[in-house]
Amino acid sequence: MDKNEFLKAFADQFDETEPALITLDTKFKELEEWSSMVALMIIAMADENYNKKITGADLRESDTIGQLYERISSR
Amino acid sequence: MAFLYNKHVSITGISACVPSAKKINIENPRFAANDIQAFVKNVGVEEYRVVEPDVCTSDLCVAAAEKLIADMNINREDIGILVFVSQTPDYHFLPNTACILQDRLKLSRETLAFDVPLGCSGYVYGLNIIAAYLSSGQIKKGLLLVGDTGSKTVNEKDKSAAMLFGDAGAATILEYNEKAVGIHFHMATDGSGYKAIIIPDGGFRKPFSTDSLVETTSEEGLIRAPKNLHLEGLDVFSFGITEAPKTVKKLYEAIEITNEQVDYAIFHQANKMMNEKIRKKLGLPEEKVPYSLLKFGNTSSASIPLTIVTGLRDSLIDSASKVILCGFGVGLSWGTAYTTLDHITVSELIEY
Repeated sequence: MDKNEFLKAFADQFDETEPALITLDTKFKELEEWSSMVALMIIAMADENYNKKITGADLRESDTIGQLYERISSR
Repeated sequence: MAFLYNKHVSITGISACVPSAKKINIENPRFAANDIQAFVKNVGVEEYRVVEPDVCTSDLCVAAAEKLIADMNINREDIGILVFVSQTPDYHFLPNTACILQDRLKLSRETLAFDVPLGCSGYVYGLNIIAAYLSSGQIKKGLLLVGDTGSKTVNEKDKSAAMLFGDAGAATILEYNEKAVGIHFHMATDGSGYKAIIIPDGGFRKPFSTDSLVETTSEEGLIRAPKNLHLEGLDVFSFGITEAPKTVKKLYEAIEITNEQVDYAIFHQANKMMNEKIRKKLGLPEEKVPYSLLKFGNTSSASIPLTIVTGLRDSLIDSASKVILCGFGVGLSWGTAYTTLDHITVSELIEY
């Protein structure tokens, strides 16, 4: 699981947010476009691209995209 | 590994009943229009049906059962077992609604009748229970009644649930027949996820109190009280897209079939994004996977029969169709059935 690929795939789930605004240090839940629908798409992306399960707790307890990556990449 | 095969049993008739009153999501005044549009697009529910306050799931089921019994010209004496699958019974703890239904439907006093309080997986569980009872041949026919009035358990201000759940009831007749191809099942449970879909208060773990009525706002901005249904949408989604494809694949492997031997795959109607993900993971073409979500929402244990009645009636009446039936959700609990619906009776949708 590659960190930058994950970041790109994460950013792809947003329609309106500038990709430049989405980095590993971005606090994703503070993005204006963040919503439960985007969360569902992130979960689906991780399942499809990496066969990894993201739970509600993973999203709640991670602030940045980097932290989310660390949580799930070790599984 | 719960693989089960019930020989000599077949589903011979299905009916469904929905309340006539509609709720149109886009007209919901509580939420912002763009939020509702995103919800309709992604979750796939445009409208759903709601019962009047004095109507229960059992009432919808009685209407569905009476229509099916009439359409199939069934002798009530032949029905030896009645199972009522619901999480919205007439009375909270006792008596079982199935007992009341035995009397309301004028079934014989020699009928076994009991409730099974399961939700989204409940249709498949109900089929499995009745099939097991019938397979000895000592009972000729079984009546499965399923459904919920989810509208009575959700908080209207809870954006995660208020626009999702519709009310419905359904009836299914199963019969013993030595020539039947039988029904194959895979059943499973993971209680570690019990908090994903829960009504916290009102049972014996947390009895109902004045606190049960106090609304709070969650981190995600969802407003609900402990007496309301709580849905951890993200966890349910994660569970659904993982386990639903797995249970279907497990059954495929166990009985050595592929999508080629499936005419229709009818899934519990959870959420369009989730269901489409499941469909694509299994490589099932769109035309084999009907939906009732758009017009009726998530109807809990009634979703599979309601989808059959509203989406497949014309196709099933004059054919022998091989079907996958897959339910998954609250418990967490899930299961898949594979059988042939051979010229079965499918009643027209009833509006209560």
